[in-house]
Amino acid sequence: MKRNNGPLHICRRELLAGAAYLAVSTSSSRATVIFDHLPWTPNAGNPPSAAAPGPWLFFTGDEGRAVEALADRIIPPDRETPGGKDSGCAVFLDRQLAGPYGRQDGLYVRPPFMKGAKNQGHQSEKGPAQQYREWLAALDKACKAQLGGKAFHELSDADKDHVLEGLEGGAFKLDGVDGKTFVDQAIKDIQMGFFADPIYGGNRDMVAWKMIGYPGTRYNYLDWVSRHNEKFPLPPVSMTGRAEWTSRTQR
Amino acid sequence: MAKRLPKKDVVIIGLGWTGSIMANELTDEGLEVIALERGPWRDAPTNFPPTYVQDELRYRVRHELFLRPDQLTFTFRNKMDQTALPIRSWGAFMPPNGVGGGGVHWNAETWRFLPSDFVLKTHLTQRYGASFLPDDMTIQDWGITYDELEPYYDRFEYLCGTSGTAGNLRGQIMEGGNPFEGPRSRPYPTPAQAQPFSHTLFGKAARELGYKPFPQPSGNLSQAYTNPLGLKMGPCTYCGFCEWFGCANYSKASPQTTILPYLVRKPNFSARDNSEVIRINLDKSGKRATGVTFVDTDNQEWEQPADLVILSAYTMFNVHLLLHSKIGRPYDPVANTGTVGRNYTHQTTSTVNGFFDPKEYNFNPFIASGAIGMCIDEFNGDNFDHGPHGFVGGGYVGQVQTGGRPIESTLVPPGTPKWGAAWKKAAKENYLSTVKPGTGVHGSFYAYRDIYLDLDPTYKDRFGRPLMRITMDLKENEIKQNKFLTDKFAEIIKAMGAEKLAIQYRKGPYDITTYQTTHLNGGAVMGSDRSTSVLNRYLQSWDVPNLFVLGASAFPQNAGYNPTGTVGALAFWAADAIRSKYLKSPGRLVDA
Amino acid sequence: MRKRTRGSLAAAILPVFLLLATRPSVAGDTDPQAFAQIQRGRYLTVLSDCASCHTVPGSNHPFAGGRSIETPFGNIVAPNITPDAETGIGSWSDEQFDAAVRRGIARNGSRLYPAMPYNAYTKMSRDDVLAIRAYLNTLAPVRNAVKANTLPFPFNIRAAMRVWDALYFKQGEYQSNPHQSAEWNRGAFLVEGPGHCGACHTPKTFLGGDKTGQYLEGGHLQGWSSPDITNDTRLGLGAWSKDDLVTYLKSGHNRITAATGPMGEVVTLSTAFMTDSDLNAIATYLKSQPGKGGASPAVSANDPAMTAGSAIYRDQCSACHGLDGKGIAELFPSVADSSMVKSNDPTTSIRIVLRGARSVGTSTQPTASGMPSYGHQLDDDQVAAVLTYLRNTWGDTAAAVTPEQVSHVRRDTALRPD
Repeated sequence: MKRNNGPLHICRRELLAGAAYLAVSTSSSRATVIFDHLPWTPNAGNPPSAAAPGPWLFFTGDEGRAVEALADRIIPPDRETPGGKDSGCAVFLDRQLAGPYGRQDGLYVRPPFMKGAKNQGHQSEKGPAQQYREWLAALDKACKAQLGGKAFHELSDADKDHVLEGLEGGAFKLDGVDGKTFVDQAIKDIQMGFFADPIYGGNRDMVAWKMIGYPGTRYNYLDWVSRHNEKFPLPPVSMTGRAEWTSRTQR
Repeated sequence: MAKRLPKKDVVIIGLGWTGSIMANELTDEGLEVIALERGPWRDAPTNFPPTYVQDELRYRVRHELFLRPDQLTFTFRNKMDQTALPIRSWGAFMPPNGVGGGGVHWNAETWRFLPSDFVLKTHLTQRYGASFLPDDMTIQDWGITYDELEPYYDRFEYLCGTSGTAGNLRGQIMEGGNPFEGPRSRPYPTPAQAQPFSHTLFGKAARELGYKPFPQPSGNLSQAYTNPLGLKMGPCTYCGFCEWFGCANYSKASPQTTILPYLVRKPNFSARDNSEVIRINLDKSGKRATGVTFVDTDNQEWEQPADLVILSAYTMFNVHLLLHSKIGRPYDPVANTGTVGRNYTHQTTSTVNGFFDPKEYNFNPFIASGAIGMCIDEFNGDNFDHGPHGFVGGGYVGQVQTGGRPIESTLVPPGTPKWGAAWKKAAKENYLSTVKPGTGVHGSFYAYRDIYLDLDPTYKDRFGRPLMRITMDLKENEIKQNKFLTDKFAEIIKAMGAEKLAIQYRKGPYDITTYQTTHLNGGAVMGSDRSTSVLNRYLQSWDVPNLFVLGASAFPQNAGYNPTGTVGALAFWAADAIRSKYLKSPGRLVDA
Repeated sequence: MRKRTRGSLAAAILPVFLLLATRPSVAGDTDPQAFAQIQRGRYLTVLSDCASCHTVPGSNHPFAGGRSIETPFGNIVAPNITPDAETGIGSWSDEQFDAAVRRGIARNGSRLYPAMPYNAYTKMSRDDVLAIRAYLNTLAPVRNAVKANTLPFPFNIRAAMRVWDALYFKQGEYQSNPHQSAEWNRGAFLVEGPGHCGACHTPKTFLGGDKTGQYLEGGHLQGWSSPDITNDTRLGLGAWSKDDLVTYLKSGHNRITAATGPMGEVVTLSTAFMTDSDLNAIATYLKSQPGKGGASPAVSANDPAMTAGSAIYRDQCSACHGLDGKGIAELFPSVADSSMVKSNDPTTSIRIVLRGARSVGTSTQPTASGMPSYGHQLDDDQVAAVLTYLRNTWGDTAAAVTPEQVSHVRRDTALRPD
């Protein structure tokens, strides 16, 4: 079927008998037909929702205290940069575990669940949410049993560090769960919350980015590519902006 | 009961790079073409805008643009005597999903393979003798030469606006380019990208060691460009959010920026998104495809009849669909019969991280593009004498650091604790002065008799079909190759001025949990010998002549380069064969 | 942006030749075999952009009416102008058709609302209108009964149009100006007549009539502001060459900007199909219209809105629009050179920032680049700040955009589908 080469295009919709022309939808999960022009709708897009401060969505009070304590040892506070707790890493992890990540949404969670080699990957039915419940319970239980009745968050900083080292090395055993897997994952998750965009609850006010000198969600460095070995001077910006975006002089 | 749609001339399975290229070519022939894409429509202003695309957690860590394993996954084992277990969460590779496919979130590293890569078996046998190759290595010639493919490499590069410096212009070796590359008929369409500090420093160190470094060919453009279809692209702004992410400002070559806006305007083209093809249908003879069956998001089955079927769904899904549609003979590694699933390969990668004096060096690692970097090719392919080394193959090495996104780029020198005050201090001090090349060593992965794809006996997908099973391991040859390359790479990083190195070799066994590029290849390879290939040299199925299978599934083995340049070139090559030969006389293009 | 029905006009071409052999003579006095007249009428229909109002976007039935058109007085629905005998204009006489198009009088003698731009179409000749009729007669008749008058009381009293006509309607064909070139006169005819550019681009009185003293200085309708298209340097087309304007009308893009929204539809249905000489004529005429511009208030670079706007611009806009504001030719508009950015009425700029936009794709410029939506990320203060910054940074100046203006557009456009 040859095209009409005149300046006006034949509207093929009439000629494509039977082809249903469905309206293009804003939802990205319904099947749509793309024909004749690129789809577009106003206000399109799917920005992330901000983690709002407040009560834990996933952790119990005890779990929250344990994770805050872990966060402050994994990333201790110092004079220049807050620690894991004050920068919101526990909030980050709480919101992540309460959401699709915690639930393993989208992962292949069908049986049978068989134990395999380490290089065959995670084979348990348990997702991160369930795992953390078990890990944190085991952590406090072990601390109370082995360290004078104290939960993890009640220990001195030095003792907390010993527990963490013990989990890494194997000296400090947890009941029913693998301490090394737990501590490795906790370190990874806390540090992830530290460096992720503040919209997710951690890295509050971009403290981690300021610490390392990362300028954040900038998209244009064209004027800096060829400036070698010079400090980039602009402050970091996140998905929700930065203080310099404020224009009001009075309210 | 499937609902039947009106017949089209062509049905295209998967609207990524190769599907888009083929759709554009065949609509120019006046054919009625429909493309079916399992995933959603994607587009920069609506899906990767600069208001929120710079989100490392969402797109890199949680892989939001990629296929959900629950929608389809594979099982994996190293050896044939092992039980394969499902890949419940991605690790070693990230299968694409959605319109644009991997073309949306690739790094845009746009390489050509070497001339010797296409005649690998012949070449290596001639040079080193057959006994130099491991007994279980099943490398093959492609059935096509570099010279035949060269005009199509050129077409793909000009479609993309690829930024680079020619190294071999019609036989003349050019200063500043890759002296080892095959001859190209004309320069790159745009000049190479400007290189940030650490990449420039690598080039300098490599040069001083006697190598010939050159800028990596990049589909993130160095300047504004209008491609042959009249589509416009802008210059890359070095945002550092390239691989895993869509490009927000029309500067990364993708089907969206180089083909789709032009294609969609054609009255003889339409596409359906969120429509998953579950089977290619054959007639009673089994030698002719009649169309496909696909499922929409309401789980309604539809039948799309067509005269010509193009399977362009990415390596893994191509092979998966061939197996489930019972096209061709599945490979049996024990009996050494069959071809579908045979010669499956990945990429052998590793890296060396360098820690420099923070008082002297500030690399601003966040200033980068996906295909930035200075590379050397002295150790790729058969560019050097392998005789003394006891392995074959090779790869490029380069400082190809593509960004400084902090979750994965805040490294600390070896020996630093992984947490605590010491960690925090080291993270703070080292971020700006660390060289983290990513896949700094990018080596070949040759084919072996017991590395293959077939159907799993136990695990099923959401339709109740068996998952595809991967049997893959790292062989001695690739491990040796990687050690050799990594050591060479480490020398250069050290020569740059690094105080401490963290050398990471690629070691066996093959690990499904650590990312090693998504350069999966083979399983439906092309060739001249029907007994060892699924497709002839035009990517036409030997078994079903009105079926063509595009993508890296056609590679008989992988070379030491990123595959997309070759994938694009082969798509143009196959399209040309269809237009100039097949349409005039449908049927076998090559006698079996 | 309204979805466009691209190229629906030519749908008639194929059926014409199929139908001619078998169809009985159509209503009206035109001869279906008068090929030249039909071709001329087809082109005049393109010039007059009838398809736009009389076709529901995305519909399979061009000219069949049913499209709701927003006016300041409520919505009115365009009628069916296919030759259907009962629901279209098939049984209208040529006189009746001419009276409607050039005098605003419907078949039953009642008055049409000037949403139908008869006050511009009056410039056409009777021959022009009969040619349009001849073309429309060749369309496939579509059965589609349209209730046109959906304006609320008291605007639904058509008799009131008598008063409006007395105030604002100057009946009469275009009269050539002997002091101007033939090209200028052609441009004047096209702009004042079938092109009816003033319908959108001339501001209106509260009764909806043209403010003739501000001819083509920009208007406000359907949630958009239409820019000044006089030759004013700051606010109009003064910085555009003739070629810039011709390229824009033909392809929807030029080195400075791109068409989107309602103007995008004008390009894809009308101006993209005009001849080069007609486009040059329009350019000649428009660039001869002196604007008034006026003194431009400036905003100091130290104003908090400017410093905030500068930060937002660097962080969120410069990756496409450039650190120098120049964008990329025919891909990302040059905000530095754009006169629309400096409009006295900033509605369109605000709307685009809040909701995003898709520029048109045409055969010469298929890219159809899109602007993302910033409404969820930037609040009213921030949108106002960045627009104020755009208006005052690269040479020219303009009054600040206020957060209240942004808030108004946000509310007004919230329920719009386009």
